[in-house]
Amino acid sequence: MADLSNDFIGIKSPNPFWLASAPPTDKAYNVTRAFEAGWGGVVWKTLGEDPHIVNVNGPRYGVVHSADRRLIGLNNIELITDRPLDINLEEIKQVKRDWPDRAMVVSLMVPCEEPNWKSILKRVEDTGADGVELNFGCPHGMSERGMGSSVGQVPEYIEMVTRWCKEATDMPVIVKLTPNINDIRYPARAALAGGADAVSLINTVSSIVSVNLDTMSPEPSIDGKGSHGGYCGPAVKPIALNMVAEIARDSETAELPISGIGGISNWRDAAEFMALGAGNVQVCTAAMTYGFKVVQEMITGLEQWMDEKGHTDLQSIIGKATPNVTDWQYLNLNFVSKAVIDQDKCIQCGRCHVVCEDTSHQAITQSVDGKRHFQVIDEECVGCNLCVSVCPVDECITMQQMTSGVDPRTNSPINSEYQNWTTHPNNPMANS
Amino acid sequence: MQQETGPFAGLETDLHPPLDGHEASVEADRCYFCYDAPCVTACPTGIDIPLFIRQIQTGNPSGSAKTIFDENILGGMCARVCPTETLCEQACVRQTAENKPVSIGALQRYATDHALRNELSESKTHPYQRAKPTGKKVCVIGAGPSGLSCAHRLARYGHAVTIFDAGDKPGGLNEYGIASYKTTNNFAQEEVEFVLGIGGITLQTGVRLGVDLSLQEVTDQYDAVFLGVGLDSVNKSNITGSELTGVADAVEFIAALRQSQDYSSLSIGRRVVVIGGGMTAIDAAVQASMLGAEDVMIAYRRPREKMNASVYEQQLAQTHGVKIKHSVRPVKIIAGDDNAVAGVELEYTTEGEGGLSGTDESFVENADQVLMAIGQAFDADAAESFGLALSNKRVSVDADRKTSHEKIWAGGDCIDAGEDLTVWAVQDGKLAAESIHRSLT
Ligand SMILES: Cc1cc2nc3c(=O)[nH]c(=O)nc-3n(C[C@H](O)[C@H](O)[C@H](O)COP(=O)(O)O)c2cc1C
Ligand code: SF4
Repeated sequence: MADLSNDFIGIKSPNPFWLASAPPTDKAYNVTRAFEAGWGGVVWKTLGEDPHIVNVNGPRYGVVHSADRRLIGLNNIELITDRPLDINLEEIKQVKRDWPDRAMVVSLMVPCEEPNWKSILKRVEDTGADGVELNFGCPHGMSERGMGSSVGQVPEYIEMVTRWCKEATDMPVIVKLTPNINDIRYPARAALAGGADAVSLINTVSSIVSVNLDTMSPEPSIDGKGSHGGYCGPAVKPIALNMVAEIARDSETAELPISGIGGISNWRDAAEFMALGAGNVQVCTAAMTYGFKVVQEMITGLEQWMDEKGHTDLQSIIGKATPNVTDWQYLNLNFVSKAVIDQDKCIQCGRCHVVCEDTSHQAITQSVDGKRHFQVIDEECVGCNLCVSVCPVDECITMQQMTSGVDPRTNSPINSEYQNWTTHPNNPMANS
Repeated sequence: MQQETGPFAGLETDLHPPLDGHEASVEADRCYFCYDAPCVTACPTGIDIPLFIRQIQTGNPSGSAKTIFDENILGGMCARVCPTETLCEQACVRQTAENKPVSIGALQRYATDHALRNELSESKTHPYQRAKPTGKKVCVIGAGPSGLSCAHRLARYGHAVTIFDAGDKPGGLNEYGIASYKTTNNFAQEEVEFVLGIGGITLQTGVRLGVDLSLQEVTDQYDAVFLGVGLDSVNKSNITGSELTGVADAVEFIAALRQSQDYSSLSIGRRVVVIGGGMTAIDAAVQASMLGAEDVMIAYRRPREKMNASVYEQQLAQTHGVKIKHSVRPVKIIAGDDNAVAGVELEYTTEGEGGLSGTDESFVENADQVLMAIGQAFDADAAESFGLALSNKRVSVDADRKTSHEKIWAGGDCIDAGEDLTVWAVQDGKLAAESIHRSLT
């Protein structure tokens, strides 16, 4: 059986599944239930200074649903914890004492002044927590007060606050990054420069999730008005994966540990984050959608897959896909593939034809010998993968590589040598 | 299926309960929005099915209903009575993929119910506006599906339409001939009201062609005539005992049931034998069972695969406790006391090169009621005496549903084209109206 035990910057947990700082980790009651269900660790709901903030008293969440009301994306306008600091600290201390084998990380957000950070860190140390996470991510509410993503969007601030914290405490410091920025590598480099032990990402994406067309108010609506919130859940996973990969393959931050967050809903999502370089993962929306029991699917699924693939521990999967993330200019332009339709699997919906005909390269027939029949015309197919993407049947259309002969579209012989854009004759800046 | 409780509850319970909003959204989401969709080709009226389903999906059921009505103004009834399992749903690619087609009929009902029951009944607006009056007059004979469809399309074009119908109520087979559990809550009349809501259509009931009206008169008085009189006189059975008390025609049995205010006043046997193998046989047998018959048997003279009733319909009968016996034909109906039926003698048959033949082996099935569902025929007298060309004992028409007479078009069950289905009748009426309009303008 694969060993799922996780050592993330010296913080140990029985598995790599942590709950992200959010409502599921807001109180001892929730966190105890989470540990009972099997979660490896938690990042406690972000603490701030007293007087504690207040939340709106109307709806905090908005959603994007599928037809069957499956939750695809979640948006929230909640702030950090709205409970007194003392109560949170007491509960953290108690829970850590009750569950010594689980990771207990405390998320923090206080005004951008050194004394404020120093004083709260001292109080956290007293709880016996395993580490802290600096919340430079929340895109709503707190950012208007000069905290959250308004810090995370300025690399100099990240570096400065991180340095204050590292100087003030011996606890490991994780810096949580906001995705609401052009290039994620700059804040990650800043965190590293400030001495961060790790970064975690992503926090939520700034968003308006929907507009009520009767009232003309954005949702969630508070007395007829809405405010942008933070978007998370399955919909943001691709954004998060890319950002994790960008940091993992950046030569400056390649060694910086990453806690992967964003839309992780099952073991496979988690494995993908770890393959791209995350040392562990954090989950929020999946727990908020299905309850804490989802972790059992995640643990057993990851174990099963690792056993099947012969991976004995997490080290053997972390970062394994990172070297395969490259820049477009290095992709092999001599690699030729064509779509192939399996006629036995085809159910004749015709969508491959119409999308190729209307929006791509007119490379799929509609009829052959007067009969409805969908077949790829190799002379036209550019191998774009659109038909594969829209086909409703698994494995009915596949992309198959041409390894020899002549590409009937370009009439050029298939060249098995690697050639990319940097040396391509059409590139005015080609370097050979 | 909904729970059927209480006596006769099955008769007033929708065979397929309507979808609620969420069910419709989930089901609509299953549609792949096929290109040149096979379901559209399979629909006799050619409704743009993927489009109307997508309109449901995106929360536009009114627009969806309009898409349906554009091709089939009786889309509400068709949603209830079409054998979708042999039409659109049979062609659905999800039938191919997973043996579970998109429930096109149920979705069509969702959209049309929305339009008819909620929207239109509240606002009293009709989704179509009539064109300016053309001054042309068209006579439609028969207020069944073909006549209504034809009349509506003509009214849209601004022609003045008069419909004559022999019955007390309009609707034709929709009102009189379809099992009650397929069209509950007086839906047929509701739909007629909707169709007539466009205006420009005058309806006169109780007027029978050949008795109160002749083709000569109407061709003299109107610019064009549409004949949608359906089938009439039932194929007479010449089996011994057909005259016995307790032997009835299944079509009349269904009509009486549909018009009944009090099911307990209908006489129903304890042991009922239905002779026939089409939809009428099934409708009669299932309703007999719902009325309280203890044993109901359908006796069909040919093997199962030759039955006109679809497999789905056969299963429906079976789940209602109806026994279906194949390859048996009635030899004679046996009399008991007081000239009442006591049973049916049935002979096993075989199908060979020379067609159907008896095997001389027979048995008696006890029965106190026998319903004959052996098909209907076209009453050709009026047409024939006026000189309309017939083929296969029905009115002969061209692709535009035009008869041999330059002013007469025809459609529905009385013509020799298409299948005897509501949806084909609607299509006939529509095609005829288009052709009439072209000839009048
Ligand atoms: C209702 C809600 C409240 C959140 N509050 C916090 C918070 O206080 N501190 C924080 O660092 N992140 C907060 N987050 C962000 C999550 O920790 C996480 O980064 C994000 O939801 C992406 O992960 P997911 O896709 O698994 O939900 C919150 C998210 C939600 C949905
Ligand atoms: S064939 Fe089926 S999936 Fe395709 S458009 Fe028609 S209903 Fe939708």
